[in-house]
Amino acid sequence: MKLTGSKILLESLIQEGVETIFGYPGGTVINIYDDLMGSSIKHVLTRHEQAAVHAADGYARATGKVGVAIATSGPGATNTITGIATAYMDSIPMVVITGQVPTGLIGNDAFQEADTVGLTRPITKHNYLVRDVKDLALIIKKAFYIARTGRPGPVVIDLPKDVQIDKAKFEYPDKVELRGYKPTYSGNMRMIVKAVKMMLAAKKPVLYVGGGATLTDSHAELLKLAEALQIPVTTTLMGMASFPTRHSLSLGMLGMHGTYYANMAVTSSDLLIALGARFDDRVTGKISTFAPHAKIIHVDVDPTSIKKNVRVDLPIVGDLLDVLKKMNKKLAEHKDEVAQANLALKPWHEEVAAWRKDHPMSYKPSKKEIKPQFVIEKLRELSNDDAIVTTEVGQHQMWTAQFFDFTQPRTFLSSGGLGTMGYGLPAALGAQVAFPDRQVIDISGDGSFQMNSQELATLVQYRLPVKIAILNNNFLGMVRQWQQLFFDKRYSQTCMELPIDFIKLAEAYGATGLRASKPEEVEEVIKKAFDTPGPVIMEFKVSREENVMPMVPAGAGLNEMVLAS
Amino acid sequence: MRHTISVLVENEFGVLTRIAGLFSGRGFNIESLSVAPTLDPTISRMTIVTSGDDRILEQVTKQLNKLIDTIKIIDFTGEDYVEREMALIKVTAEESTRAEILRICDIFRGKVVDVTPKCYTVEVTGSPVKVSAIIDLLRPMGIKELVRSGPVVLGRGPKGWKSG
Repeated sequence: MKLTGSKILLESLIQEGVETIFGYPGGTVINIYDDLMGSSIKHVLTRHEQAAVHAADGYARATGKVGVAIATSGPGATNTITGIATAYMDSIPMVVITGQVPTGLIGNDAFQEADTVGLTRPITKHNYLVRDVKDLALIIKKAFYIARTGRPGPVVIDLPKDVQIDKAKFEYPDKVELRGYKPTYSGNMRMIVKAVKMMLAAKKPVLYVGGGATLTDSHAELLKLAEALQIPVTTTLMGMASFPTRHSLSLGMLGMHGTYYANMAVTSSDLLIALGARFDDRVTGKISTFAPHAKIIHVDVDPTSIKKNVRVDLPIVGDLLDVLKKMNKKLAEHKDEVAQANLALKPWHEEVAAWRKDHPMSYKPSKKEIKPQFVIEKLRELSNDDAIVTTEVGQHQMWTAQFFDFTQPRTFLSSGGLGTMGYGLPAALGAQVAFPDRQVIDISGDGSFQMNSQELATLVQYRLPVKIAILNNNFLGMVRQWQQLFFDKRYSQTCMELPIDFIKLAEAYGATGLRASKPEEVEEVIKKAFDTPGPVIMEFKVSREENVMPMVPAGAGLNEMVLAS
Repeated sequence: MRHTISVLVENEFGVLTRIAGLFSGRGFNIESLSVAPTLDPTISRMTIVTSGDDRILEQVTKQLNKLIDTIKIIDFTGEDYVEREMALIKVTAEESTRAEILRICDIFRGKVVDVTPKCYTVEVTGSPVKVSAIIDLLRPMGIKELVRSGPVVLGRGPKGWKSG
C-alpha cells in the first residue's frame, strides 16, 4: 500500500519506538500535523520552537532515548538552531524534523524559506534534505541510527512540503548500513590491559569522568572500578550524577568552578584516567600547567576528542561501558595486585583528605540575606533522591553543581558545552513529560528564566508539575561577577533594572507563585512548592553580589584558584 | 608543512560543503581542492592540499573521518605517490614571441590547444612545481588568463585504495 510522505514519517517514528514529540506547527508541516490527529504519537505543543528542541533534549537526557522535535520551515527552523547546537555540544541523541518549501521552490527565496541543511550543517552530527518520498523511510532509519550510536548527536531531516504529500510504498527497513560510518565500540584489549597495569602501578591516580559516562549509562561499572582501585573521582559538569557526589571517593567537579581538592588532585596526580571527557577549556584551565606530572589515559568513542587539546599517553577508542566492563573483568583476575595497589594509595588518600579539610566547599552563611548556596542546600535536603534537576546557565548553574548532591544518574540536566541560557525550563518540561511522577526542578536565575519563560504556558496546559526555583539577584550574575573581578566593578548592562513580579507572572499563566525574601522563609516556600500540585515558581530574593567560588581565572592554571572574593 | 590527502566520499548532494565547511569551521587551511566522481559513480574522490603541523594534520584526518559521508582518507605524508596538476594558460602570442612560446611549451611537454592571431592557449601537465615553472617563463610574454586544476595524486605501486 502506498502512503503519503507525512504518513510514512509518522509510521517510521512509531517503528523507532517514538512515543512523544515536541513541536510547533506551521505552513510547511501542516500535512504532518493533520496526520498527527489520528496518530498514537503524543505531541507536546511548546510556545517556541527553541523550547521544543530543548524539551526533546531534556527528554533524551532524562531517558537515554532519542528526543524528537518538529518545526516548520524558515523561522521555525531558524528558531531550532540554538536547541540543536546545545544538543550537539553535549552529544545528545536527537532527531529534528523541519518542514521545507516544496522542492520546486527551493532556492527561489520562497515564503518562509531558509537553507536549513546549510544552516544546521556545522551543529548537527549529520543532516538530510529529503528530495524524493521513496527515500524517506531509509533516511529516517539512518537518522535515528546516526543520532543514537557512536558519539550521539542531533540529526536534522529537512522535509519539503511536496515530499510530505507524495506517495510511496512504505516498508520500514530493519537494518541500515553506512559505509562511511562505523563507530568503534569494542575497546582494544591490549590497550586495556596496559591501562589496568598503569592504574595498578599509579601512586596518585584520579578518574576524570565526563558526559560519556552518562550517555553510556556507565555509572555502575564506574563505581565498581573506582571502588575496586580506590581511585578518587572528579566529574565534569556533564559527568555530574554519573558518580554519587556523597561517595567518599568523590571529589566533586573540577575546572573553573571546581572544588579546591579536585583541582589540586588533578594537578598533583601521576595518572589521570579520562573517561568520556574531552578536556574542555573550562576543565583544563591553562593547558601547559594542566596535570603536569600525570600520564594520561583517555577513553572515548570519538577519536577526534583524543589528543585534540592535551597530549595522551594511552588512547583507547571505544564505548565507555565496554571498556569499563573489560577493565573490571581484568581487575577481578588480579585480586592480590589490587589489594596491594589499594594499600599503596593510602598516602594519596591522606593528601586528598588534607586538601578537602583545608578548603571544603563552603560559603559565608547569613541570617539577614538569603544566600543562593543556602537555597540549593535546602532544595537538596527537601527534594527526593530521584528528583531530576535542570539548570539554566550562570551562577545558579555552578552553585547547583557545587552544592546539590546527586546520587542517581541522569538526574542533572544542564547545558554544558554551549552554555545556553533558557535551556533549563524547557528541558525540565521534557523530563517531566518522560517521568510524570518524578519531582522535576528547574534551578534558574532571573536572567535565564526570562529567556524561555513563555513555556510556563506549556507546563500549565499539559499539567506538568515542574517546580522552578529562581535565584533572583536582579543581575546577570556570572557576567557581573567577571565585571567585578576583572573589569573594576564596571557593571555594564548586567543589572536587570526592572524588577519582575514573578508571582504575578506565574499567576498570569495559571501557575502558582511563591516568594522568599528572608532566610527563614526559604524552607517554608520550598515545602509549600513541593506540596502544591502543578507548576510552581519559587522566587528567592538572594544576596545580590554573591560570587561563585572557588574560581580559576580564565587563562590560569587549575592550581591558581581564587578561593574567596 | 604541506600535506596532500585524498578523501573518498559519498557522491551526494552537499558533500563538498560538508568538507569545505569542516575546514573553515575548524580553522584548517585548504591550499587546493579538486573533486570528481570515481569509477564507482556513487563515490567521489577529493584531493586536498592542506598545511599545518602533525597535530593539526591528525585532527584534519580524524575530523574528516568523522563525517558520515567520508568513506576513506588517504594521507600521502611520507608515502610514495604520483602527483600531477594541469594548467591552461592563455598567453599573448605576438609574431616576435610565438617561437619562444612554442619552445618553452616543447621543453615542458605542453600543447597549444587553441590558437588565435594574437593568442595561444597552452595546456601543460606535471607536478605543481613544474606548472609553476612554465607559468614563470610565460609570464613575460603576457598571460591573459590562467587556470590550475590543483594537484591530483595516486599512490605508487599496484595497490588500490580498497585493498589498502
